[in-house]
This record gives sequence, C-alpha cells and structure tokens, in this order.
Amino acid sequence: MKPVIVLSNNDGCAIARSEEAKEAGIDMGMPFFLIEEIIRQHKVAVFSSNYTLYGDMSSRVMETLGKFCPSIEHYSIDEAFLDFSEMKYEDLYQLGLRIRKTVTQHTGIPVTIGIAPTKTLAKMANRYAKKTKKASGMHYLKDQQLIDEVLEYTKVGDIWGIGKQYEKLLLRNGFKTAFDLTKANDEWIRKNMSVVGQRMINELRGTPCIKWEDEPPPKKGICTSRSFGKLVTSKQHLQEAISNYASTVSLKLRKQHCCAKQMHVFIQTNPFKTDEKQYFRSVDMQLPVATNSANELIQHALRGLDIIFLPGFKYLKAGVIVNDIIPEDQLQIGMFDTVDRDRNKIVMTTLDSVNKSFGRDLLRFAIQGYEKKWKLKASYLSQRYTTNVNELLSIKI
Amino acid sequence: MIGIGIFNIKSKVLPIINTPIPAGFPSPAADYIEETIDLNHLLIKNPSATFFVRVEGESMIEAFIPPKALLLVDKSINASSGHIVVAVLNGEFTVKRLLITQAGTFLTPANPKYKPIRITEEMNFQVWGVVSKVIIDSLDI
Repeated sequence: MKPVIVLSNNDGCAIARSEEAKEAGIDMGMPFFLIEEIIRQHKVAVFSSNYTLYGDMSSRVMETLGKFCPSIEHYSIDEAFLDFSEMKYEDLYQLGLRIRKTVTQHTGIPVTIGIAPTKTLAKMANRYAKKTKKASGMHYLKDQQLIDEVLEYTKVGDIWGIGKQYEKLLLRNGFKTAFDLTKANDEWIRKNMSVVGQRMINELRGTPCIKWEDEPPPKKGICTSRSFGKLVTSKQHLQEAISNYASTVSLKLRKQHCCAKQMHVFIQTNPFKTDEKQYFRSVDMQLPVATNSANELIQHALRGLDIIFLPGFKYLKAGVIVNDIIPEDQLQIGMFDTVDRDRNKIVMTTLDSVNKSFGRDLLRFAIQGYEKKWKLKASYLSQRYTTNVNELLSIKI
Repeated sequence: MIGIGIFNIKSKVLPIINTPIPAGFPSPAADYIEETIDLNHLLIKNPSATFFVRVEGESMIEAFIPPKALLLVDKSINASSGHIVVAVLNGEFTVKRLLITQAGTFLTPANPKYKPIRITEEMNFQVWGVVSKVIIDSLDI
C-alpha cells in the first residue's frame, strides 16, 4: 500500500502516518519541508487535515460501537471505552472480534481492541494488541497470567497517564516496567506521585479507580486559535482573523447552549524566526454580561485587539479564548444592561439556521471579510466525502 | 407556536402559522396530523454505515442507474450474488452487479455495450458496499 501522511493545521508538519510512511522514515512532527524529498522518492500520499471528514467518520465509528454496549465513553476522536461489566455471560473474546469486524465492515475504519478489568489495563492491552497482535487486532486480559505478561511488556513511560517527569522519577527509582510498579510501596507512591499515582497503581493491580464519563464534562474554556497561512502585518487582516475566531467561538458556545463571561485575546509573532522582532501580548476581559452572541463577542474581541496590537511586527498567530462558561438559562443580566438580548437571540437563531442549510459562514458579519488572506494553508485537502453533497466520491462506471 | 420567517430579521417578524387560528371552528383534521415524511428515515436504514456516491457513465443504465445518479451505499449489508455493489478493482472504484456462480465470480454491467469482468486471483478485488437505493433526478433524463 502507498504510504500516507496527514499534515497539521497550516500544512506545517506530519501529524499522522500510516505504517508504510513510518517505514519510509517519516517521524512524528517532522516539518513538511524536511520530508519533501522522502515524499517524492516514496510517492507518499499527502493530505491536509480535514476535520470535517474525520469528525464524521469518528461519529460513525462511535455510533457503531454504541450498538454493542449501552455504556460508552467517547474518550477522544479516535478512542472510546465500553463498559462490559454487566455482560457476565458473554464470551468477551468473541464479542471483541465481532465488534472489530462490524466496525471495519460498516465504516471502513480498522480498530484495535483491548479488553481488561480497568481502563488503564485496557489501554495497555490495546497497545499490546497494536504492537504484537496485528492479525486479530485485539487482546483480552482474561486472567492474571495474561495481565502480568502485558504488565512486564509495558515500559513505565508507556503507561497511560505517565508523563516525561514521572517516567524519569520512576526509572531513577528502579521501576522499569508496569509490572515493577504494581509491586511498589503504596506510601512511596502517594508521597511521590500523589493520589493520582495511587489510583493508577490500583488500576494496574486490577481495581477500577478512574471514573466513568458517560457524558463529557462541561468545557472549562473554548479556544479558537490558528497560525496564519503567511505572516500578517496589517491590522485589518488581524481584525478579520480575530472576528472570525470570535464568531467560531460563539457558534461553539451556542451549540452547547452556554454563555461565556470572560474573554482572552492574544496575538504573536513567529518565535522560530529569531532574526525578527518578537512580540507576544494577550489581554483578559471580563464581559459585562455572559453572552454567546457573535456580534457582542466580535465587538469585545476587537476591543481586545485594539489594546494589544502594535504595528511593525509580522504576526504568525492569533486566538480568542472564552472562559467562565455557564448554561444559557442561568444568565444574570446586569442592571444597566442596554443590549437588546431578545433581538440578539433572534438574529443568532436566524444566522445559525441559514448557515446550517446553506453552508457555514455564508451569512456573516462584514468585518469577517471574504478574502481571508490570512487563512490557513491547506494545499492537500481531501474532499469532504461524507458531509458535503458537492464533494461526494464520483465513480466512473 | 411561531416559526420565525428567516428573512424578516430587522422589522417585524412574520410568523409562519402552523396551528389553526384560534378563532372560528377548529380544524377537524387537527387530531389526525402526523409527522411529515422523513426521506432519511425512509431511505437510510443504518445511517452510520451508509455513504453517498455519485456515478458517471452508462454501464448500469438498464439497472436504473443513469449517469449522474446518486447512490446510497449501505456497508452493513453482506454482499451476495445478485446485489449491485460498489467494488474496488485494482485500486479503482466501480459499480456493477455481483454474480457468484460455479463458473466463477463476475462483475456484470447492465448495458449490452459493456462486457462482464471475470474476477481472477491476480486481481486486487474487494466489495466496498452494497447499493441500497438509487436517486435519480427525473429532469436529468
């Protein structure tokens, strides 16, 4: 099969690689310009990130998984936990094989499955399956012997939840594998790795300790920030970008039926161009009343930009982050509030329904602009095969 | 119950009335109103496994698949002989009728101008999904 890679936002570096691409010598995070030669030589297929497509395929996979088990936690775009503890009489090995076959047939997405008594062990079994059980694509830690085998196989740095710092600490203290760690002294663990570490050890020993999250916890902050396709010097272009980010943030808020009370706006130059003048500045703003209206959020964001913008720099990146998020129906209106919130709400509902039927950002505020000179580079974009009727797969028959 | 007319943002909002006006005699049909027909529901049995593709070419014209037809492909259906399938043959997508006989496996067109393709072992062949519905714009034909 042809090697395939996916580039990061802005086509900066390789963020996903097929097995064949790894073999061709492309490492994770390698900048695009460094791998152009390999790409030519090995005829690597290159794609820009297409999150519309990935998001749709992910929800198809999740939906298919949901048919096997009522209790499912969507852990990330490409990972899920399924709780089989109620299915006492099911042959879990056979069930695992069936799930894998069904997901592959229905969606075309290959998955790897790890089955174990705890989340941490399941992640470990999954990793083990990916590395050593390519044919079946799954591993079931049915008894302690099988658990021990995987614990011994797994280096401490590869355990779910162990970062670089803890890895160093553990290696220094003679813990090489996950198996070593299960024999650790509880007191030592609590002292050096806090209660989080203790929880992890218990999980390795087979006692579930990590909470089951059926629903994702409410978001603490929503951020839209991007690097520009090319460096931006004019304030007008920054205003365009910032108002687009504010509009995206407001859409995300409305989708969650939430409002935000605090906003953070930042702009920055390219820190890797050390020969150029550097500038990074951000501003935090308390909003008078929590809101999710695009017009208000854009106004606030532009006010923020006015405060932090300095001419004479080449800007690489800007962003809008909102915090202090509350449900829409718990809104407290200020006594001196002059904004017509009912009218705003009607405008936003209208905007969303028009854009939902006719395409994102079709109806927008004039400040958001049309040219998007600052827009991300995405020169190798695949089609949105599954969500856009104009980009469907076309077959010559 | 007010539906908001979407092009009347600024001045007055024109309601699209979807309940009978309270004055006068209540509609005798009100109790019998059902939901509108949902094409998604009607055409798609298994949404997470259903994909849309568009076709060009005339090789399947006698199986009611003219050029520009929109196909719904349901990957959850197990392909068997007689199904119209989307197949990948040596790296190329195609749409043909799958025939599995004692004489071998064939991808057969539905147009006498085209020849059936016999699947041999050297070929890289895979059924991608089964065509479950065909949508045709009758003004196109």
